[in-house]
Amino acid sequence: MSHSSTAAVSDSEQDVWNGGVSPLNASYGKLMMWFFLLSDAFTFSGLLVTYGLVRSAHKAYDGAVEAFTFSHAYWPIPERVFDAVPFLHGVSLPLVFVGIMTFVLIMSSVTMVLAVEAGHRMDRAAVEKWMLWTILGGIAFLSCQAWEWTHFIFGTENGTTIKEIVNGEWITRTIYGASLVENQYGPADFADFFFFITGFHGFHVFSGVLLNFLIYYRTVTGMYDRRGHYEMVEKVGLYWHFVDLVWVFVFTFFYLV
Amino acid sequence: MEHSHEPQVTVLPPNKEKIKKLWTVAGILGIITAIEFAIAFSVPHGTFKTFVFVVMTIVKAGYIVGEFMHLKYEAKVLFWSILIPMIFVVWMLVAFVYEGMKISDVHF
Repeated sequence: MSHSSTAAVSDSEQDVWNGGVSPLNASYGKLMMWFFLLSDAFTFSGLLVTYGLVRSAHKAYDGAVEAFTFSHAYWPIPERVFDAVPFLHGVSLPLVFVGIMTFVLIMSSVTMVLAVEAGHRMDRAAVEKWMLWTILGGIAFLSCQAWEWTHFIFGTENGTTIKEIVNGEWITRTIYGASLVENQYGPADFADFFFFITGFHGFHVFSGVLLNFLIYYRTVTGMYDRRGHYEMVEKVGLYWHFVDLVWVFVFTFFYLV
Repeated sequence: MEHSHEPQVTVLPPNKEKIKKLWTVAGILGIITAIEFAIAFSVPHGTFKTFVFVVMTIVKAGYIVGEFMHLKYEAKVLFWSILIPMIFVVWMLVAFVYEGMKISDVHF
């Protein structure tokens, strides 16, 4: 009777209105991940644009690179701030360590995309292998950043001696390392942006490693085999590539320029 | 009767062509980073150097988003709905850096 015809109509309508058709040919989860990443990109853009404004509003150092010394009078040249490498104390190796960090993150992005490729083929063993490499890459990056932050906070051996007026008298004082209030490298804003931008990015890497581990765990326990697809690897992969993408911009705008 | 909860999974062989392409992209990203590194120490600071870095960064970002994140192969509407907002962000960056330079002119 009418009952069966109604059922037939609602069945065909279900296809259109209840997820039968994917808008933009992307699944719900992937589409939402893209929109989340876009909003996250706005947040990072906010930080980087503010950095651009504040940095260009400061006096730039216009002398020779070799003659550069730390001062509160101008914005420091990044390559003279970030020139330390673990186990090579006292050797000036500008940007070498941050170059290694960039390489580590790009490599972990490659292993992630290989895990996604293996997921398309339902190859559990290969997904496990590549996810493990990706997790290792993420942990390696975070460890590098921990060292970098420690070095930045504790500063160089000799610090920077500044002259300032306290209670109407000129005094000299040596500043070691950096805090949010002041630092030995340059204006306070320099260290503040360093902490905020690399910190916010590092937090993203950290949560990315947690998500990657979750995916790895669920792969190992066979959850995606039972589900019949490895789309979660793809979605978390999108997030992981985004983290790598942000680092590409941080590397250029904070370290190179 | 034997009863298994494990599903039957058919594992396909690796897509050699696709994997090769991914490694090629990885190689390009590595080479661009190496060139950036070389430029950082051989070209004097200035507008030209900044311009070169920005162009190389956008090329790298294009490869990561287009190939690794697969956006190049998604529906065109999705592609543009991600890209167009970012074009406005680029404008915001340019506008604020210009503003900062003017503030600097007033101060120093």
